[in-house]
Amino acid sequence: MAYSDKVLDHYENPRNVGSLDKNDPTVGTGMVGAPACGDVMKLQIKVNDAGVIEDAKFKTYGCGSAIASSSLVTEWLKGKTLDQAQEIKNSAIAEELALPPVKIHCSVLAEDAIKSAIADLRAKQGK
Amino acid sequence: MQNYFELFQLPQQFTIDTAVLDTNYRKLLAEVHPDRFVNASAAEKMHSMRTATLANEAYQTLKQPTARARYLLQLAGIATDEENNTAMPADFLMAQMEWREAMDDARFARNVAALDNLLQDMRQQARQLQQQVAAEITRAPAEAALTVRKLRFIDKVSEDVNQLIAQLED
Repeated sequence: MAYSDKVLDHYENPRNVGSLDKNDPTVGTGMVGAPACGDVMKLQIKVNDAGVIEDAKFKTYGCGSAIASSSLVTEWLKGKTLDQAQEIKNSAIAEELALPPVKIHCSVLAEDAIKSAIADLRAKQGK
Repeated sequence: MQNYFELFQLPQQFTIDTAVLDTNYRKLLAEVHPDRFVNASAAEKMHSMRTATLANEAYQTLKQPTARARYLLQLAGIATDEENNTAMPADFLMAQMEWREAMDDARFARNVAALDNLLQDMRQQARQLQQQVAAEITRAPAEAALTVRKLRFIDKVSEDVNQLIAQLED
C-alpha cells in the first residue's frame, strides 16, 4: 500500500520516541492495543504545575500508519492542557496523515492512547 | 438455517474432536461434489454449490480455535469487538511489547533459535488462553470476548514470528 508523504515522514523520522518515568506523579501512561492487527502503543505525557503537557513520548509496535499516528500526536500534545488533549479526535489524525479507510483504526488507536494516558494521570493526581 | 456445528454434527462447544470435524467435512463435500450433479436440475446444482461454499466457510471457522471461539460467542449474541476495542490489561500489552522487542533483536542477530523459542512460548500462551476461553464460554461469555481478543494478539505474533523465520532461513 502506498503511504502518504506525511506518514512516510513520521515513519522515517519519528518524533519523541522513548519513555518517561512511569512512577513520576506528573507523568501519565497510556497503553492500548489493536487486536485485529496486533499493534501496541504506549503513550506518555508529562504535565507542568499549570496542567499543561510539556513533554510526550511514545513507543509503538505496528505498521507505518500506527507509528506515524503516535508520532504526530506527541507533537500535537505538547503545549495543550489535558482538556484540550482530550478533544483530539481520530478523524483529525487520519485527515492530517491522509490515512486510507483501512488504516483509520491506527488513528483510533492513537486517540484511545491519549485518553488512556490522561485517565492514568488524572487517577494518579486524584482529580 | 443450520449453524456450523450442526452442519458437521458436532456439539456446540469450544472443545471439539477435530478428527470428526475433518471426517464430516470431507463427507459433506463428497455429497455435494459437482460430479454427482451433472444431470441434476439447475436448482439442485445451485443448492449443492451453496452447500459446498457453506461447508468450506464453516470448516475454516471451526478448525481455527480463535475463529471457533469468536463464532460461539457470535451465536450467543456477543461481539468480540476486535476491530475497535483497544483497552487491554497493561501487563498483557507490556508482554506484547517485550515479544516484539525480542523479535527485533532476533531479526538483527539473525537468531532463528530465539524465534523458535518465542514460537514455543506463543503456543503455550495460546493453549492457556484456549483452556480459559473454553471454560468462559459456558460460564462467563462476556469475559470470553476479552480472551478472544488476547488470542487474536497471540495468533498475530505467531504469524509474524513464522514469517520472520521464513525470511531469515531464505
